[in-house]
Amino acid sequence: MTTVLILAVLALVAIAIWQMTKIFELSQLKAETTQIANDSDNKTNGYLLFAFLIFIYAITIFSFWQYGKFLLPEAASEHGDGYDRLMLISFVIIFIVQTITQLLLHYFGYKYRGEKGKKALFYADNDRLEFIWTIIPVITLAGLILWGLYTWTNIMDVNDEGDPLIVELYAQQFNWTARYGGEDNVLGAANVRMIDINKANVLGLDESDTYASDDVIVKELHLPVGRKVNFKMRSQDVLHSAYMPHFRAQMNCVPGMITQFSFTPTKTTEEMRQNPDVIDKVKRTNEIRSERAANGEDNSDPWEFDYILLCNKICGKSHYNMQMKIIVETQEEYEAWMAQQKTFAETVITDEPQPAFNTTRGAASAGL
Amino acid sequence: MSVTAHAHVDDHAHDDHGHHHHKETFVTKYIFSQDHKMIAKQYLITGLIMGFVGIAMSLLFRMQLAWPGEANVMFETLLGKWAPDGVMDADIYLALVTIHGTIMVFFVLTAGLSGTFSNLLIPLQIGARDMASGFLNMVSYWLFFTSSFIMILSLFVEAGPAAAGWTIYPPLSALPMAQSGSGMGMTLWLVSMAIFIASSLLGSLNYIVTVINLRTKGMSMTRLPLTIWAFFVTAVIGVISFPVLLSAALLLIMDRSFGTSFFLSDIFIQGEVLHYQGGSPVLYEHLFWFLGHPEVYIVLLPALGITSEVMSTNARKPIFGYRAMVASILAIAFLSTIVWGHHMFISGMNPFLGSVFTFTTLLIAIPSAVKAFNYITTLWKGNLQLNPAMLFSIGLVSTFITGGLTGIILGDSTLDINVHDTYFVVAHFHLVMGISALYGLFAGVYHWFPKMFEGKMMNKNLGYIHFWITAVCAYGVFFPMHFVGMAGVPRRYYENTAFPMFDDLTDVQVLMTVFALIAGLAQLVFLYNFISSIFYGKKGPKNPWKSNTLEWTAEVKHIHGNWDGPIPEVHRWAYDYSKVDENGEYIIPGQDFVPQTVPLQKDEEELQH
Repeated sequence: MTTVLILAVLALVAIAIWQMTKIFELSQLKAETTQIANDSDNKTNGYLLFAFLIFIYAITIFSFWQYGKFLLPEAASEHGDGYDRLMLISFVIIFIVQTITQLLLHYFGYKYRGEKGKKALFYADNDRLEFIWTIIPVITLAGLILWGLYTWTNIMDVNDEGDPLIVELYAQQFNWTARYGGEDNVLGAANVRMIDINKANVLGLDESDTYASDDVIVKELHLPVGRKVNFKMRSQDVLHSAYMPHFRAQMNCVPGMITQFSFTPTKTTEEMRQNPDVIDKVKRTNEIRSERAANGEDNSDPWEFDYILLCNKICGKSHYNMQMKIIVETQEEYEAWMAQQKTFAETVITDEPQPAFNTTRGAASAGL
Repeated sequence: MSVTAHAHVDDHAHDDHGHHHHKETFVTKYIFSQDHKMIAKQYLITGLIMGFVGIAMSLLFRMQLAWPGEANVMFETLLGKWAPDGVMDADIYLALVTIHGTIMVFFVLTAGLSGTFSNLLIPLQIGARDMASGFLNMVSYWLFFTSSFIMILSLFVEAGPAAAGWTIYPPLSALPMAQSGSGMGMTLWLVSMAIFIASSLLGSLNYIVTVINLRTKGMSMTRLPLTIWAFFVTAVIGVISFPVLLSAALLLIMDRSFGTSFFLSDIFIQGEVLHYQGGSPVLYEHLFWFLGHPEVYIVLLPALGITSEVMSTNARKPIFGYRAMVASILAIAFLSTIVWGHHMFISGMNPFLGSVFTFTTLLIAIPSAVKAFNYITTLWKGNLQLNPAMLFSIGLVSTFITGGLTGIILGDSTLDINVHDTYFVVAHFHLVMGISALYGLFAGVYHWFPKMFEGKMMNKNLGYIHFWITAVCAYGVFFPMHFVGMAGVPRRYYENTAFPMFDDLTDVQVLMTVFALIAGLAQLVFLYNFISSIFYGKKGPKNPWKSNTLEWTAEVKHIHGNWDGPIPEVHRWAYDYSKVDENGEYIIPGQDFVPQTVPLQKDEEELQH
């Protein structure tokens, strides 16, 4: 594939050079010393403008045909469908406008290329035309704005209706931690000033807060399908951004404040793995990876699709590898998983300074 | 028509010019010059040098993205200890991205573009002998030079240059323990930018005062060429917004060095809690983008101004909708100062604010659309002289539309959620402001090269090669990049190998990098053409593009004061190309343009522009 692309590029370059030499020849014929475009320059470049229009259309079609499959699969959250629909509408509008305006621009460039003695039309103003192309964007944009704002207000309305699951996403250089409210579904109070690595209190929970004692702290995010999740984001050091592309969800994690985002997962990981687009993607990816394995390269073990949480705000050296797996499962599976997790009260060390919690987190990992 | 005048001037002002009027030494003529034409050239050459540094950096990190973790002799040679065994280090990757952005946005497209052409064209096109204050103008350039020097110097700091992204969001940029680049490198970055802002403010104030006060007789505001309108409004935006960036930089310096907590709160890093309490990084984001967004238009408006002028001249037609163009510039300028929040939809600020900024942001598409349609109509039924400058102007409109349209997605707070900070954004802003503004810069250089270098002209064939390779490669790099972004790839990732879901994008990365490398090589054609034309360029006629504006009536030989005789008087707007009387004859027989200095002919109507 890579070789095909490189060959295509080289072919394009060859065509470009060929055209260039043609330009050279054409200009040599006249043997003019002036550096001002003459009729033959206008002709050559007029044709090239037309060719460029075709190039723009070609690269658009090529990109959609070749790269369309890279786009994210269908949304796995409730609001995601509305998001995808608005995106589609916006794209349709964009492509209509793009196709027409590029056509006019380059076609005019080709059609009205200069010739000696030709008279241009003195055409300085036309209020009606100006009005038309002011009012059309106004109407189109008004529609998009209203639709966009309606969707936005719904997405960003984080409320407690419908018994949402409360989950904290905790960011630090360069990993994620998730905290569940536990039995009471209420997060205990926390602040970085209460972090005590020796006591395995890495998220700075208030040990005296009864809400905190049943909190569950994990390194893999499990969500029950169909239940609304209210995320509370925190960061202990620099800005991070919790990016969950499959759910069309993103929110920055800001030291000193708690940010929030809410969505309802609609497809379990298992269901998503059966999605035809995802099956294709996994197949493609594993072909690449088996090729790597054959060459003895890294990153070659077979891949199975999983939802993922990425960091999407530059946060330092290992920004490119700050991730957490997300598993969406049925309510029963979720409960079974949750039952196996230890609560904060069980993991925090109150008397003996015995490391019951993985101490490579927190402070140690900040020195990566 | 002006060949005789040309020769006359040459005779008159041969090499004894300096001795006549006032003593000029090498230092006062070439280094500490107060002449706007020399200062323009200084801006241009400094900007171009910075541009080549910035582009070279982008090629380095594009190679890393295409062939992640692979050793490369270029890395070993250019990065030294930052590329052990020729493999690029993750810290220096971020530093390259950061400095590339900083250099291209501020040093090339702000100073190199607006600085060059505002200086060159404002006095010449409004009919003034020089800027309002030649001295401040000189200070402005040398502050710019100093800040460029410090920025380059910061590349050689032991712990590496600033690496927190060109937006340098705290706390990452504030805490040396968060990132090696946030030590000395960041200090130098901030010092350099503070000086840059001072330079920009001095320059802008000078431009504003000059445009308001020094217009020649008859040059009313509604007769100004659109270039001047663009430079003037750009300067106004700069004066309004740059001081806010200075305040952000100063507060950040305080947080870094004096223990204040403007932007920092509740931080636990490297095993200890820091004392900072009560500040907010979101405040910094507001301050930064209060400049950051108008900055986009500070970069773009001069390019659009240049395009208006070049396009009209080469189409042999008046610019379509002069008043609408001026109104659009003003509307864009006003709106540009109230849309900054669209960079912060998911920063944690109140979602209601997001709604307001969505509204204002999508409004700005309206004047932008008007401009694009007006450019297209200007070409309609023209007699297009496809000089390199004209091609770059058409190219600008093309990338401005392509890049601008995706702004509809990013400006919509809802749609921004999933493409924010992905390569979709990178593709968008590179097309709409990066490539477009660079095309504007190139159009300006090709068009006004004879004005800068005393009648010498650049080679057109090399110009054509430069344009066509650049145009194809620019789309080749940034069109596929939209798809990478919509696949969910975040920007500023050193490599994408940590996520199997990005494995199948490697081919696209290679394709984009190959296009980028070819585009980089094409710039060497420009460099060669530029330098060789300075020394060996063929002299053209005094008014090579048959243009109406005043700068082509000024002496070809650079003299202090621009016009040997009295300053010309202006009788009409700048766009009387191919104007005909009621019999269908040109106003001046046999000539399809009417310079601004030509009085209205008998029975000729001055249209209500």
